[in-house]
Amino acid sequence: MSNQTVNFSEEAIAECHKIIKRYPAGKHKSALLPILHIAQAENEGWLSSATMDKVAEIIGITSVEVYEVASFYSMYNLKPVGKCVLEVCRTVPCWLNGAEELVSYLEKKLNIKAGETTKDGMFTIKTVECLGSCGTAPMLQCGANYHENLTNEKTDALLEQLKAENARKSYTDII
Amino acid sequence: MGKKLLLEHINVPGIQSLEVYRKMGGYASVEKAIKTMSPDEIVEEVKKSGLRGRGGAGFPTGMKWSFLAKPAGIPRYLVCNADESEPGTFKDRYLMEKIPHALIEGMITSSFALGANTSYIYIRGEYFYVSRIIERAIEEAYAAGWLGKNILGSGYDLDMYVQVGGGAYICGEETALLESLEGKRGNPRIKPPFPAIKGLYDCPTVVNNVETIAAVVPIVNHGGDEYAKIGIGKSTGTKLISAGGNINKPGVYEIELGVSVEEFIFSDEYCGGIPDGRKLKACVPGGSSVPILPADLLLKTSTGENRLMSYESLSEGGFATGSMLGSGGFIVYDERACIVRSTWNYSRFYHHESCGQCSPCREGTSWMEKILHRLEYGHGRSEDIDLLWDIQRKIEGNTICPLGDAAAWPVAAAIRHFRHEFEYHAKFPEKVKDTKHTPPPMPIRVAVG
Ligand SMILES: Cc1cc2nc3c(=O)[nH]c(=O)nc-3n(C[C@H](O)[C@H](O)[C@H](O)COP(=O)(O)O)c2cc1C
Ligand code: SF4
Ligand code: FES
Repeated sequence: MSNQTVNFSEEAIAECHKIIKRYPAGKHKSALLPILHIAQAENEGWLSSATMDKVAEIIGITSVEVYEVASFYSMYNLKPVGKCVLEVCRTVPCWLNGAEELVSYLEKKLNIKAGETTKDGMFTIKTVECLGSCGTAPMLQCGANYHENLTNEKTDALLEQLKAENARKSYTDII
Repeated sequence: MGKKLLLEHINVPGIQSLEVYRKMGGYASVEKAIKTMSPDEIVEEVKKSGLRGRGGAGFPTGMKWSFLAKPAGIPRYLVCNADESEPGTFKDRYLMEKIPHALIEGMITSSFALGANTSYIYIRGEYFYVSRIIERAIEEAYAAGWLGKNILGSGYDLDMYVQVGGGAYICGEETALLESLEGKRGNPRIKPPFPAIKGLYDCPTVVNNVETIAAVVPIVNHGGDEYAKIGIGKSTGTKLISAGGNINKPGVYEIELGVSVEEFIFSDEYCGGIPDGRKLKACVPGGSSVPILPADLLLKTSTGENRLMSYESLSEGGFATGSMLGSGGFIVYDERACIVRSTWNYSRFYHHESCGQCSPCREGTSWMEKILHRLEYGHGRSEDIDLLWDIQRKIEGNTICPLGDAAAWPVAAAIRHFRHEFEYHAKFPEKVKDTKHTPPPMPIRVAVG
C-alpha cells in the first residue's frame, strides 16, 4: 500500500505541529481535520492511503482512525482529482437561480460529466450541497475561492483564467 | 429603518481591523464585563434580554448558560458554532467576513461569563477564507491584550482557536460538532448527557451560534432590559435574515423581530419584491429544514392576521398552517418553481447528509429521495404520495438527532400544501419529463387548517 510517494514540506510539518498544540494534553487527535486539509493540499488534492498513514504518524494516532474520518467528510478526496476542482452548489436556493444550467454549461464546455476529470487533468466537476452563498447564486467554489453570480460569460472567463494560471487550487490557499 | 445592533457599522471602511472596530466603540463590552460585572451578573443580563439561540432551535440563551455545570478543577469550554450549512443560510459568513471582531468580542465576553479559559470557533471547511479572516482578527486581539493571560489586569486568561471542518452538514448539530472537534466522524451523541454537563472532552461546554454570541455584545453594553425592548413579545432583539431564491435583492438583512413578512419580501428596504413582476408562490422562511408555506399562508396566518417575522408568528397554526423562523434562511419561490423538484432536491440533500447511525433516517431519506426522483422524472405512481407521507411520519421523532425531523418536515409540508402538484406528476408523466416543466396552477383554497 505504502509505495505511493507522500509529500510534506518542512513548513507543512511545522504547521501540523503548531496545530497539535492548540488542544489540551492528550487531545492531539483534535488536529486531524485541519491536518488532513494540509495533507491534501500537499499531495495533489487527494488523500492516498500512504498519505493518510503519514498523517496518522504525524499526529500519533492509528491509520484506521484517519481513514474513518477522511471517508466521512465531503471535502477530502480519496481519489485523484484535477488541478482545479469546480464545486458547483446545486441545492434549492442555487437551483432556483440556475445551478442546473451552470452544471450543464460546464459539462458541455469541458466535455465531461459531473464527477469526472478532463483528460489533461486540469478540471474536475463536482456537484456539492449548499455552500452558504445562496444570495449570490449560481456559484461554484474552486480551492479557497467562491465564484459567485455566474453567467456564461463569467464562467468562460474563469475557465480561461484558471487554464492560464495552470496551478493547483487548494482550500488552504491564502487569499 | 429598523434598529441595527450587529450590522450598524458594517459599511465603515476598514471595520475588519481592530483599530477601526475599536474607534467605533468595539470591545466596550469586554471592558464593562471584566471590570465591572461578575460572571453571574452577565448571565443574568442575557436572561433578561430574552435572547434566543440564533442557530435554528431558538432556545433561550441565558437559560442554556445557567445549565452549565461548574465542578471544581474541571475546565469549561465555549464553542462557537460557525458550521452554517443549513441550505438558504449565509448570515454567519457575512457577519464573520465583514465584521470579524464582533464575533471575537462576543466570544471573549461570553467566555468570561461562563468561566471558560479556552474557546473554539468551529467553522465549516468550505469557509476556509473566512477562517483566515477570523484568525487574523484573533491575532490582533492577542497583540492588543484582549486575549491571552491576565486580560485587562483582571487575572482572567483566555485562549481562542479556530477549527475548520471537513464538509458535513451534520457537524452543525452541536454534539456532532463536538465529536468533529475531537477529530472524529460527525456522529451525533445520544442526549442526555447534554453538552452543559459533558461536552467537549467530556467537560461542561456551551455551544452557541455565531449570531447568538455576537448579540451578547449589545446586551452587555446596553443591558438586557434595553435589548428586550426591541422586537415583539418573546421574540426580542434583532435577527439576521439571509434572503435568497426568486427575489430582486438577495442578501443579509438585520431586521427588528416583528417586521411583517409582506414588508420584508416586497419593500425596497429588504428583498425588493419578485423579479419581472412574477407572482410569489411559496417560501421556506427559516432554512431548508422548516416547512414550506404557500403565498397565502405566508402573508397571513390561518386566522387572517398579518404574518410577522418572529418566532411566534411564523409558527402560528403549528405545522398545519405555519412554519418556523429557524436559522433565518429565507428562500422565496416564484410561480415558475416546481415544488416536487424542490422537495426532491431537499431529500437528496438530507440523504447525502445523514450520518447513518439511525435506520429511520438512513433508510428513510434514501427511500424518499428515490420516490421523489421517480415522481419528478415521470415514473411515479399515485400511491407514491401516501407512501412518502408514511415514510416521513415514521422518521419524525424516531432518531437520535433532529436531522431526521429536518428531513421529514419539508416532505410533509410540501404534500400538505401542494398535493395537487404531486398528483399532477403521477397523472401526467409526459408533462413533467422535461426538467424545466411548468407546474400546474394552484387550486383555489377552500378552507385552511
Ligand atoms: C442537523 C442540524 C444542523 C445544524 N446546523 C447548525 C448550524 O449550521 N449552525 C448553528 O448554529 N446551529 C446548527 N444547528 C443547531 C445546533 O445543534 C445548536 O442548537 C446550536 O448551535 C445552538 O446554538 P444557539 O442556541 O446559539 O442557536 C443544527 C442542528 C441540527 C440538528
Ligand atoms: S437522525 Fe440521521 S443524522 Fe441524526 S444521528 Fe440519526 S442517522 Fe445521524
Ligand atoms: S444553495 Fe447554493 S450556496 Fe446555498
